[in-house]
Amino acid sequence: MSLLDKLDTGAAARKALLPEGIDVFGTPIEEVYSSTEARVGGRRILFFGTNNYLGLTFAPECLQAAHKAIDSEGTGTTGSRMANGSYSGHRALEKEFADFYHCRSSIVFTTGYQANLAMISGLAGTNDVILIDGDSHASIYDGCRLSGAEIIRFRHNDMADMEKRLRRLGERTRSTLIIVEGIYSMLGDQAPLADIVKIKNSYGSMLLLDEAHSLGVLGQTGQGLVEEAGLIDGVDFITGTFSKSLGSIGGYCVSNHLQLDQIRYVSRPYIFTASPSPATIASTRAALKLLRDGTELRKKLWRNARKLYSRLDELGYLLGPEPGPVIATILHSPQQAMMLWKGLFDYGIYVNLILPPAAPEGNSLVRCSVSAAHTEEQMDYVGNTFAELRKKIFK
Amino acid sequence: MAHDYNNILQKLCHHIGRFASSGIEIVPESDLINQLAIDSVKLLNLVMEIEDEFDISVPINVLADVQTVRDLADLIHKIKSAS
Repeated sequence: MSLLDKLDTGAAARKALLPEGIDVFGTPIEEVYSSTEARVGGRRILFFGTNNYLGLTFAPECLQAAHKAIDSEGTGTTGSRMANGSYSGHRALEKEFADFYHCRSSIVFTTGYQANLAMISGLAGTNDVILIDGDSHASIYDGCRLSGAEIIRFRHNDMADMEKRLRRLGERTRSTLIIVEGIYSMLGDQAPLADIVKIKNSYGSMLLLDEAHSLGVLGQTGQGLVEEAGLIDGVDFITGTFSKSLGSIGGYCVSNHLQLDQIRYVSRPYIFTASPSPATIASTRAALKLLRDGTELRKKLWRNARKLYSRLDELGYLLGPEPGPVIATILHSPQQAMMLWKGLFDYGIYVNLILPPAAPEGNSLVRCSVSAAHTEEQMDYVGNTFAELRKKIFK
Repeated sequence: MAHDYNNILQKLCHHIGRFASSGIEIVPESDLINQLAIDSVKLLNLVMEIEDEFDISVPINVLADVQTVRDLADLIHKIKSAS
């Protein structure tokens, strides 16, 4: 089969599954009205699948900082930091992230995907082992592949399973990197961090925690699961993204290990990617302050998350194991998931559709992401629409 | 040695049967993807079962060279022999 034939085969399979007239996996957004609403196909739609957990994409402080940075430093850096230098904003944000976590140092990356790619491939190499949760994000899998280390998976959030796989490694556990996530993107559940830290300490391994979905969401100041669990000293490296609670694009790693700085010199994704633009850095710096001081935003977010989770649970939808801002409705067939997604879309609600093999256990997911910016009325409208569709689709 | 290998093959076929399309005969020459419809995600889950059955570690990055049931049996045999 030729290179192009392979693409045609994939495209035909996708077209056979998806309805005509809507680009489910590339929906054109015509105009953005606010952090929760936009125009799609000439209609007003409600964003319920973005990861704008704190609703900061239109925060005046962030907009103003970004405008000012564009005016003073231009639209882009046009190169990597190794070749073209570090702007004052890059360095300032790194210090602010380190201070935020009370850690020794931090590195800022251009995307969250790149942060995992850079950290994992910079830390582990051909003679090392990486032990990952089976439900890990693609950026973790890809970082592992890039590293050349041996990759072993354990069953999602199953600590007995994780320990069993560590035990089999024998002495190699001392050159093993364990990777888990604060909140898992597919089902919205949290890692059992206390058990993970205990096990990794007893085997002498290292732990990288990805707080992509938990930054701003968990913990008193929004550090993530590490703060919620009070285990900052038990985690070796924390990565995360700016593209969710911080409302921009980029990634970071913080650590107390002195060696973090060496990643800048050995990690190809860091070395060979252009650095974040001044506007991105400026809005992220403003957003990080709002996130840290955002106790009320977090309370509102969790009120909304618990409300939708319990409403869908009462309606009889099969959901992920625990409430949180990521609320996944689990469907047993892609067709059923497609009907629910299309039904919501027809009612003006735009959520995520995840089909096999992307979703765990061969299931399909219709995934909602709740924001602190969603109003009571918007939350009620979404709950009522799910109720209506439950009668129509699952009658 | 041959007994060990046949034992591996037999147990492996049992586990593959839980992931493969039903009604298809599983033989050493069966192609895991094209004949048994074991996609990449199923293969990763099958590997976890294999690790538990044989009490070994099977890094998922060595699976790129595995196409058939026999390839997988050879890999398990190699890892078991080395451990």
